Amino acid sequence: MVFGRSSSRRPVEPVTLKILVAGGFGVGKTTLVGAVSEIKPLRTEETLSEVGRPVDNTAGVENKTTTTVAMDFGRITLRDDLVLYLFGTPGQDRFWFLWDELAQGALGAVVLADTRRLEDSFAAVDYFERRGIPFTVAVNCFEGADRFPAESVRGALDLDSEVPLLLCDARERESAKMVLVSVVEHALARVGGQRPHVTT
Amino acid sequence: MSESTHHAQHPHHFFDADAGPVVRPYAMTRGRTSSVNQHRMDLIALVVTEPAADHPGRDQSLSPEHVEIVELCGQAPQSIAELAAALDLPVGVVRVLVGDLVEDELVHVTRPVPPAELPDVSILREVIDGLRAL
Repeated sequence: MVFGRSSSRRPVEPVTLKILVAGGFGVGKTTLVGAVSEIKPLRTEETLSEVGRPVDNTAGVENKTTTTVAMDFGRITLRDDLVLYLFGTPGQDRFWFLWDELAQGALGAVVLADTRRLEDSFAAVDYFERRGIPFTVAVNCFEGADRFPAESVRGALDLDSEVPLLLCDARERESAKMVLVSVVEHALARVGGQRPHVTT
Repeated sequence: MSESTHHAQHPHHFFDADAGPVVRPYAMTRGRTSSVNQHRMDLIALVVTEPAADHPGRDQSLSPEHVEIVELCGQAPQSIAELAAALDLPVGVVRVLVGDLVEDELVHVTRPVPPAELPDVSILREVIDGLRAL
C-alpha cells in the first residue's frame, strides 16, 4: 500500500483565513506569531524572479536575478472548520513586497512597530494603505524603550484616525490575542461600513 | 570532470549562489514552474485527499514528494504553506506537485476567500469570538 492511514471518513474542510504580521527587522514579528500559534512557527519560502511575476519560465534562469522571500507562519485552529494563519514577514528582507499574492485575500494585517525605529514601519503602513487592507499598528513595548504616547506615534506614522493603534508585548499571548482581535474588528467595521461582502 | 571540481574552477559558470536553490528544487517538477490546474493556489488553500488516494496501486509515476504530500494530507487537510514547510520546498514547487495530484484526482484544493474581498461578517464575528476564547 502506497499511502498508509487510510480512512473512509472524509475530514472536514475548514475555512482558512490569513493575517499578515509586518514591520521592521527585529521588531518581534515571529515572536508575536509564536505567542498565539498552536504550532511552533514554520518557515516557507518562495523564489521570485523578476519583479512581481509569480509564474516564470525556467529557460534562461541562470541569467536572472532571483530573490528568495521567506515567511514564518503560525496557525490557530479556532474551530474544526475555521483556521486562521498568521504570516510574519522577515524584516531583513525588503523584497517581501514583491510577493503580492501573500497579501491578496488577507483578512487584515498587523504592523508591528518599535518606537526606537518607527521609520522601519513606514513601508508596511504605506503598503497596506495603498491596497486597502485593514491593519492595526501595534507598538511592541521593548524594555528600555521610551514609552511614547499613542497619539504621538499616530502622528509620526501619519495614520488615519480609523486605524487602530495599540501598545503590546509581542511575547505575551493575551497581548498578541488583543492585537489580532483589533485587526479583525477593524476588518469587520470595514465590511459592515462600505464594502459589499461575499459569502464564503 | 566532477561537478565539484567544475564549481571550484568556474564558480560563476553555471550556478551562482542565488541560482542554485532555484534550479535544484524545480528539478523535482521536471522543470515545470506552473501547472494547468493551479489557477491560483493560495498559500492557505487547503489540499484535501480524494477517496482514490486511499487505494493503492495507481500511478507509478508519483515521486516520493507526491507520495509525501498525499500522506500528509491524508491525516488532515494541509495548506500549501504547511506543505512547503513540511517538505522544505519552495511554495512554487509545491504548487506544481499538488497540481499533478489534482490532475490525477488524488486530491482537491479548496479556494479561500477570493482576493480583494473580505469574508462574510458572520465569519469575522466568529473569528473574533474564537480569538477571545483562546
